[in-house]
Amino acid sequence: MTDAARGAVPDGLVAVVKRDCATCELVAPLLAELAESQPITVYTQDDPTFPADADWVVDDTELAVSWHNDIETVPTLMKVAGGEETDRIVGWSVEQWRAFVGNDTLGDGLPDFRPGCGSLSVDPTIAPKLELAFGDTTMAARRVELAELEDESEAMFDRGWTDGLPVVAPTEARVLAMLEGTTRDPSDVVAIVPPNLHEATVEKVAINAVMAGCKPEYLPVVIAAVEAICTDEFNMHGVLATTMAVGPVFVVNGPIRKKLAMNSGMNALGHGHRPNSTIPRAVQLIVRNIGGGFPGGIDRSAQGSTTKLGLMIAEDEEGSPWTTYSQDQGFDAGVDTVTAFCSEGPHTIVDQKSRTPESLLRSMAQMLSHSLSPRMVMGMDAMLVISPEHMARFAEAGWTKERFLAELEPLLAVESDTIIEGVDGIDEGLPAGFAGVTLPKFRPGGLQIVHAGGPAGLFSSILSGWVAGEKGSLPVTKEITA
Amino acid sequence: MTTILDPTSEQVPEGRQQTRRPESLSGLTVGLLDISKPRGDVFLDQLESRLTGLGASVNRYVKPTFAKPAPVDLRHEIATSCDAVIEALAD
Repeated sequence: MTDAARGAVPDGLVAVVKRDCATCELVAPLLAELAESQPITVYTQDDPTFPADADWVVDDTELAVSWHNDIETVPTLMKVAGGEETDRIVGWSVEQWRAFVGNDTLGDGLPDFRPGCGSLSVDPTIAPKLELAFGDTTMAARRVELAELEDESEAMFDRGWTDGLPVVAPTEARVLAMLEGTTRDPSDVVAIVPPNLHEATVEKVAINAVMAGCKPEYLPVVIAAVEAICTDEFNMHGVLATTMAVGPVFVVNGPIRKKLAMNSGMNALGHGHRPNSTIPRAVQLIVRNIGGGFPGGIDRSAQGSTTKLGLMIAEDEEGSPWTTYSQDQGFDAGVDTVTAFCSEGPHTIVDQKSRTPESLLRSMAQMLSHSLSPRMVMGMDAMLVISPEHMARFAEAGWTKERFLAELEPLLAVESDTIIEGVDGIDEGLPAGFAGVTLPKFRPGGLQIVHAGGPAGLFSSILSGWVAGEKGSLPVTKEITA
Repeated sequence: MTTILDPTSEQVPEGRQQTRRPESLSGLTVGLLDISKPRGDVFLDQLESRLTGLGASVNRYVKPTFAKPAPVDLRHEIATSCDAVIEALAD
């Protein structure tokens, strides 16, 4: 039978119902009553003996008729003439049903109105399978058939498709469901992924997002994050190839943080929250599987970092009186963005005793001046993630972010004579030619400020960067769109 | 049986045979690419004098930054003007 034929319905009245729906139960006797006086065919989604064990009741437990006729609600009542649907109503309304079938007494004694129930054919756990079975799916990826006795997780480890943790098997149904998360065409090219410079289509991104454990609604963030790292400015090839211990860290701003239930509070830089953990993991799998960036291959890191596994920070915008990180990058408040910043893992700043902004600032400056090495200036950026309790010191005193940065600048100035090669018996340092000058620890704009963390704990974090600027990696922010 | 979708680019890099090792460097042009790491030049200076001693002529190249791949024009220039290349990382 052709697909179209599987959806064909006979002329006359056609109803679609399921037993597991109180409104369908309500109208069941009316359907039987109508069957006595006119041609009617009732398709049943879950129980072939409902609403009656009769020849006008047709089994649609495969949901072919429901899917082909775009049934979203049960009961649906349609008029069909010459093989074409001419009209339909959904749910129960005494007025609508009477007009529809031309019977002024139909449903006497029933309530005036009852809304219908969701059709099984649009159930989110079933719809992707129906789309695959009956739809015109456009997925182009090579199909890999696993043997009967092959364990899915083991099979993917064996093929080198994981980051060392198990991944979810990207079945056609799961990938199709993932693609529902975006309006973009599966064949659209999102980016050219380093180091091998291979195309990441929306479909390939979706496959890796399934494997990472993402939900479909996360897909737009994954796509924007992939766009961010695959720019010349971010320089993913260099970030991967360096012997230093860095990876892309992501910062998310905008209402999408709430929509996806991202974590900005306790453990904001840690584990336990699905979008924070799985979105950056998907990006890393894409670099590995599509870009070919394997550890020990182009990825030459001497010691590696947890930031190569995936770290995504959702900024706590609501708890901070300061401008958001994305506003600092030139985006309007309320715009959804994701930023990629090349960094090693977080280091904690402990300061439990400062009660004034001046004291806390000095404490933070001392730690920042040691980022990567106290003898290293201007070459590497850093991100300072200020916790709510630390932020309170500045907020209570009325400090703005501009004032914070202005007061910080002189505290981060370094006398080059103290960090010249050989000074204090340490060979690391600046060449002697730099003697006698004052230098800033970070290049202008090289310190990123983000607010996140739980309500209690006088600790903030520093994420130390890598070669900054045009010769290395710059933070890149992309708007997240559907 | 489970069917899954291939998460890779489905493009396996083509396997290529290495060029045969020259019997001698005498009369050949050897390219030395400094990737711009500190003291890489010190190492390459030593190599250059050793190679010149073996009768090779040496071309020196410098990548603008060690943090990014060599620009395509530079790669093309090296490939078309050298018989052998030594790429040096001095960390």
